Amino acid sequence: MFRNNKYFLPVLIALLVIVLLCAIGFGAVPITLTDIISAVQHYISGQPAANIHEAVFWELRLPRVLLCAITGAILAVSGVLMQGLFRNPIVEPGLVGTSAGAAFGASIVFVMGTGIGVAFKSATGPFLVPVFAFAGGMLATYAVYALAKNAKRVSTLSLLLIGIAINAIGLSGTGFMSYLARDPQARSITFWSLGTFSGASWSQVFIVGSIAAIIFAIALSYAKQLNALLLGEEEATYLGVDPKRLQQKILVINTAMVSVATAFVGVISFMGLIVPHILRLLIGSDNKKLLPASMISGAMLLTLADMMARLLLAPAEIPIGIITSLVGAPIFIILLKKFNSIQQGGNSA
Amino acid sequence: MLRTENITYSIGRKKILKGITAEFESGKLHMILGPNGSGKSTFLKIFSGELKGYTGKVTYQQQDIKELNIEALAKRRSVMSQQTELGFPLTVEEVVMMGRYPHFVFNPTKKDVEICRQVIDLLSLSSFTSRNYLTLSGGEKQRVQFARVLAQIWVQNNNETRFLFLDEPLNSLDINYQQEFLQVLRKFGKDDVTMIAVIHDINLATQYADNLLFFKEGSLVKQGAPKEIISSGLLSDVFQVQSTIIDNPVTKQPLVIFSSQ
Repeated sequence: MFRNNKYFLPVLIALLVIVLLCAIGFGAVPITLTDIISAVQHYISGQPAANIHEAVFWELRLPRVLLCAITGAILAVSGVLMQGLFRNPIVEPGLVGTSAGAAFGASIVFVMGTGIGVAFKSATGPFLVPVFAFAGGMLATYAVYALAKNAKRVSTLSLLLIGIAINAIGLSGTGFMSYLARDPQARSITFWSLGTFSGASWSQVFIVGSIAAIIFAIALSYAKQLNALLLGEEEATYLGVDPKRLQQKILVINTAMVSVATAFVGVISFMGLIVPHILRLLIGSDNKKLLPASMISGAMLLTLADMMARLLLAPAEIPIGIITSLVGAPIFIILLKKFNSIQQGGNSA
Repeated sequence: MLRTENITYSIGRKKILKGITAEFESGKLHMILGPNGSGKSTFLKIFSGELKGYTGKVTYQQQDIKELNIEALAKRRSVMSQQTELGFPLTVEEVVMMGRYPHFVFNPTKKDVEICRQVIDLLSLSSFTSRNYLTLSGGEKQRVQFARVLAQIWVQNNNETRFLFLDEPLNSLDINYQQEFLQVLRKFGKDDVTMIAVIHDINLATQYADNLLFFKEGSLVKQGAPKEIISSGLLSDVFQVQSTIIDNPVTKQPLVIFSSQ
């Protein structure tokens, strides 16, 4: 529909800016545009925050909104990458075990952190959580991929079923870790299974943000190869793309960014499904257009969802995963029905 | 020119190909015929560089294809497979442009865009360039894939010979498009292009091919120009069918009439 519209991306970016400003503005302590401007001026001139609004802006609202936007971009891009990789529009990190595995890895550090921390301190330092999350995410994703692949093909049904099983293992692992935790500060099972941005901090923004920036650039450079892979592995080979190597690279970079985000915000499902699905209807499947558009739309939609999570039952906060699942699950069902009818030779639209 | 020397390939204990030695001259259209399971498609996958694990040697202009990496191969040979499974919405134009992928880095050059336009015109696809590929009929999809593989080797690079391989390309085409397809192929066949197609319709093969190769149970039984080799004895040996051969009054090529007994 907007396939060749050159205004599509600029309009998306403008919408994202508006959503970000709204997300910063609304909350228990409202923050106006003037607050933001004076906060930035004070920061530049080296003065401390002048009032509670400016303090809330710097310490709470801005890191939260940024972490949320970056995570949304990561999850949406990850959806596009995984769907390209499995050549299947109904795959996303929450379904194939990546997020649950990463959560398990991260929760191990939170509960047994001091012990592991001593052993690895010099090597990893503040990266202990992301490193464990990555190991867990990688293990889970690889297990799903390897188990679902029989002979040459990855069947959708076995992918989803094995995904359920591996997710269950990951989730019971995190559950067990939460149960073991004596520390009341330890993260709860709700945190891990439904996600929240309430603990966002600047250091998290920097870690997740820098990894996302690097990986987005790499992913975009593979856009052409990913397109070729849509035709099938054999066809991709004839077009000069080594499908095995491409799949390995994509699997690693994708797992890395999803795991790191999950380590800090918990498992947020269905974002990787909703965003690419809507965008494919609007601009088609060319990854060169789909990847940047997903990045921006993912950031925008997750920020909106987090705003709803904060405001709907204020002053209480709903876990964000409840909102994304509520919207995402119906879309998942639609996609599943559509995909089945294609596979059974029905006409697709 | 493409040469294969003593190509042997097995899956487990079963020998799929039993020492195929053949020469395919440039500028000619070669067609491979044979019953189902005689190893034609496997042979095509081997000389196109997709299938490894064979013994023997495949050379493009005296160069062993094992010395060419997949990017280099993609610049000079294109392959149309029996089926392409594309389950995502892409436009016809985007699919055809994929044929140019080996030739540009991120964004297509003017030359790539121009080539796509020419191929689309040639195959009379201009009216549906912006159609969603998924909504096309089987035959339309086939023509779009043909456009893609033609675009891939549309122009010669560095004076290298080009290769076009087609695995049962006529499968879902109606009579009109079968003829059009083969005529386009003949027109495309210049001196520096080697074309090899696996095909089932023997009368189309005799009408259009310069050279025929008959496969049976993994061996190359006979090859040569249609006029020289077609005989009812050969067809009965290869396909176990009874036939009468007459001269096609229009093309002057052999015309095969199959009989029920």
